[in-house]
Amino acid sequence: MGAQLRVYRQKIKSAQTTKKITRAMELISASRIQKAQARVAASTPYSKAITRAVSAVATYSNVEHVLTTEPARIDRAAVLIFASDRGLAGAFSSQVLREAEELSELLRSQGKDVVYFLVGRKAVAYFGFRRRASERIWTGGTDQPLFETARDIGDALLESFLRDSEDGGVDEIHIVYNRFVSMVTQVPEVVRLLPLEVVEGMEEPGEHTVLPLYEFEPDVETVLDGLLPVYIESRLFNAMLQSAASEHASRQKAMKSASDNADKLITDYTRLSNNARQSEITQQISEIVGGADALSSAKK
Amino acid sequence: MASAPLNVSVVSADQQVWSGEATMVVARTVEGEIGILAGHEPMLAILASGEVRMTLADGSKIVAEAADGFLSVENDTITIVARQAGLV
Repeated sequence: MGAQLRVYRQKIKSAQTTKKITRAMELISASRIQKAQARVAASTPYSKAITRAVSAVATYSNVEHVLTTEPARIDRAAVLIFASDRGLAGAFSSQVLREAEELSELLRSQGKDVVYFLVGRKAVAYFGFRRRASERIWTGGTDQPLFETARDIGDALLESFLRDSEDGGVDEIHIVYNRFVSMVTQVPEVVRLLPLEVVEGMEEPGEHTVLPLYEFEPDVETVLDGLLPVYIESRLFNAMLQSAASEHASRQKAMKSASDNADKLITDYTRLSNNARQSEITQQISEIVGGADALSSAKK
Repeated sequence: MASAPLNVSVVSADQQVWSGEATMVVARTVEGEIGILAGHEPMLAILASGEVRMTLADGSKIVAEAADGFLSVENDTITIVARQAGLV
């Protein structure tokens, strides 16, 4: 077998093996998107109920709370980035990281220090490679987020928010994550988490309900104290679930195009190897004919 | 008044645990047990961990365990929101 032919056959083999892997990953992601979407849907009643309760407190009472009041001066801002643990998901991690960079640029131009909280190994690797500091990291389980992790993140963020900025606390917190729009579109989104603005779902009292007076047990402050951290947790958990669904969707998309590309490579290399084989045969025939010619002319 | 049903839903962080109609709901808040019938004034309370008992229209009872949550009552709609909740 000719050397050229052997090279092509090796390349075909390698493309076929790669295709097997990418096809398998595509199928796995496709099946996990369904589950991830179901989890987003399953957690909706909780976040809806919490949002309703928070907006009820916000609408029917006018209590000032430390988590909802804008600090007089903002010296330090925190950015929480939701990336993925594993690669091979197209632009998934790089697009949130790019968005986070733009946000940091903006915050720095307003004269604020920026500190980072990172979720996912890819974000950690990005910061590690550039030797940049981060306040806290969470890795593992970005594709199947647990509520405990959201709770942990919430606690850490609150603790840091409630500390004075002189002691290394922060005055505002932004989160950057991929929002799941559809199977083909996931957009990076920036949301300011703290101080809270409860605008969404603010209930306008209908005409037949003339501002019902809420009774709070034990009292408004305590209810708000308990409610707001839970609200933050549910926002974080929702962001994590959205990000997980986006991760699967974008991995599926990336792996699909990798499989398609492998298919194309295999076709191209098969053509080239057929060519090489044909020219080898042609060469052999002309060698034989040439040899026979030479023999018969030597006999005469 | 008591015959008008209450819409009750019990939700935990990752799923809806139970929802349906009931005539009475008894829950344990931080200040003690409270029973709610239809026509109760709107309220928002912090739940202590413990049982939430729902009496259905046919007299049967459903018991749910809820920890770390809230109880909200509004227009005969009761929502029990808890980080951890489950039917017993």
